[in-house]
Amino acid sequence: MDLIVCIKRVPQTAEADVTIDSTGKDIEKDRLSFDMNESDSYALEEAVILKEKFGGTITVISLGYQDTEDTLRIALAKGADNAIRIKAEDFNELDGYKTAQILKSSISDLDYDLIFTGCIATDDAYSQVGVTLAELLNVPHASLVIYIDASEKRAHVHRELEGGLMEHLDISLPALCTIQTGINEPRYASLIAIRRAAKKEIKVISKKEIENENLLLNTQIEELFIPPKTKEVEFLTGSPGESAGKLAEIIKEKGLI
Amino acid sequence: MSEIYTLIEHRQGEIRDISFELLNCGRKLAEKTNSNLTALILGHNTEKLVVKIKSQAHRILVIDSEVFKDFNSESYQLALSDLIKKGNPFITLMGHTAFGMDLCPALATQLEIPFTTDCLNIDVVNNKIMVTRQVYDGKLNAKVAVRDNPSYLFTVRAGCFLAEESDLKTEIANIDTSVTEPDYRKFVEYIEAPTGDVDVTKSDVVVGIGRGIKEQENLAMVEEFADSIGGVVACSRPIVDADWLPKDRQVGSSGKTIKPKLYIAIGISGAFQHVSGMKGAETIIAINKDPNAPIFNEADYGIVDDLFKVLPVLKEKVMELK
Ligand SMILES: Cc1cc2nc3c(=O)[nH]c(=O)nc-3n(C[C@H](O)[C@H](O)[C@H](O)COP(=O)(O)OP(=O)(O)OC[C@H]3O[C@@H](n4cnc5c(N)ncnc54)[C@H](O)[C@@H]3O)c2cc1C
Ligand SMILES: Nc1ncnc2c1ncn2[C@@H]1O[C@H](COP(=O)(O)O)[C@@H](O)[C@H]1O
Repeated sequence: MDLIVCIKRVPQTAEADVTIDSTGKDIEKDRLSFDMNESDSYALEEAVILKEKFGGTITVISLGYQDTEDTLRIALAKGADNAIRIKAEDFNELDGYKTAQILKSSISDLDYDLIFTGCIATDDAYSQVGVTLAELLNVPHASLVIYIDASEKRAHVHRELEGGLMEHLDISLPALCTIQTGINEPRYASLIAIRRAAKKEIKVISKKEIENENLLLNTQIEELFIPPKTKEVEFLTGSPGESAGKLAEIIKEKGLI
Repeated sequence: MSEIYTLIEHRQGEIRDISFELLNCGRKLAEKTNSNLTALILGHNTEKLVVKIKSQAHRILVIDSEVFKDFNSESYQLALSDLIKKGNPFITLMGHTAFGMDLCPALATQLEIPFTTDCLNIDVVNNKIMVTRQVYDGKLNAKVAVRDNPSYLFTVRAGCFLAEESDLKTEIANIDTSVTEPDYRKFVEYIEAPTGDVDVTKSDVVVGIGRGIKEQENLAMVEEFADSIGGVVACSRPIVDADWLPKDRQVGSSGKTIKPKLYIAIGISGAFQHVSGMKGAETIIAINKDPNAPIFNEADYGIVDDLFKVLPVLKEKVMELK
């Protein structure tokens, strides 16, 4: 079973200070750490699980800057066989549609049974690229997948809906699934595997080599800003003893203890 | 006159809340652009659905067929691409839901119209469209300019527009369809989430724990604290993804919706998917070491500190006051 996994290297912003840069359209990235997008690491793991079951190869593809190769090497260490980086010149000149177009051009010549993407990239948060890519490649898709039982020709998948409800679908292969977190337990790369992956070749292609037409940009960020406050929070300050003391009093006042 | 379309999302015979929010969003856009609002219902036994949204749009287009009983984005796409091509609406709105995320990117691609997801607001100024979306784990908002085009598709975030009454005179039109479910994607069944021993929707006090807890072993101190104030432990998604707590403890859009008297979010950043499940709590307290965590936009009281320092003391103080 031949598998393709699309991987994005994203800044880790959940716990970091995120500041807007001087253009007003982007963030300061110097002090942020970068890593494989969360749902992409589950997508990669699902591919490795299928490869262990059926054999075949895993190709990981990323559109990104030079340092994206570090992330692709981690993927190689975790079980991918081939890695492709499409050179990104300027992320600000990309949107979800254009990204999918570029990924499509690099994938159309490859053989595959299943393509996996993450269900959302935590930086731009589109939840768009995977399903768009499926449409461009003209293959069936299922998004937000949290269970896959694949055979050579078809796959039974569970999609996650709201409120804990799931939906069971039966799709024909080749197909594309966008993978939701929690579908498996992503493995760590062993030190030996990381060392071995450091020596592997990463195929680099320039965007121009595959861009056959001048792709339109549908959407473009004009301005970034801090979300307006919807509610005024009262911060309880002081040492942990003081703030916790104030909080306990408030909880008591409300009759909850 | 130009048209605004909104798709009515329904599941297992019920119209979903997002549909009423979209109708409100659609009415606002229709007013602003001097357009007609058309609600699209694709479903089976649609009479019950039509009644519920009557007077909420200028027109309801109904396609009633067994094919649309359950949601299959491939069959929906076949029908909707046709409707949009024929009606050429200025804007089509759908929910940024599991349904919208599965359907809309493919639909927009097929129609070759500008599309973006998860809009908090859609503004039309001199026929130019500007949407607001959230980026970088909800820490920033982005004003996004959309390329000029006669037709657009957007998905809208739940909770950004209120469901409101309205008294429009509604015309209803039925359309036939020849769409059948394609063999390459078949809907099989719904699977309900298993239920466990603790029902987090029933407790007055809920202590929510997130990725900030770092290790599974540390959950014990959260359990102890929850016990001390007579609450139950719930969590954000990563805790369930890691298998540290069962799925029925997860609060949020893909988990439970809770409305306790008190919700204490500990080491939870406050992603909108989490917030949508707990913002109905009477009092919300957040403990997080990051002063810019989005959870503080939802909280009544906040402590900016290390949870490992605060929690043990808080437990002591609560015990003292008991
Ligand atoms: C379709 C979809 C559905 C989803 N459904 C849900 C859902 O139902 N429920 C849900 O919760 N999520 C859901 N998510 C995931 C959601 O987007 C977030 O990824 C998730 O809520 C983040 O969980 P978190 O806040 O625990 O982790 P993070 O975002 O990683 O935040 C951890 C927080 O802990 C703080 N912290 C770290 N260490 C400490 C410390 N020592 N002391 C104090 N604070 C600390 C950090 O500052 C940070 O704010 C969904 C996502 C998608 C795409
Ligand atoms: N630049 C990129 N390179 C490779 N894959 C990408 C890229 N951007 C997005 N993807 C894939 O598409 C998924 C969804 O991204 P998005 O639609 O931007 O939320 C990600 O989880 C990745 O799997």
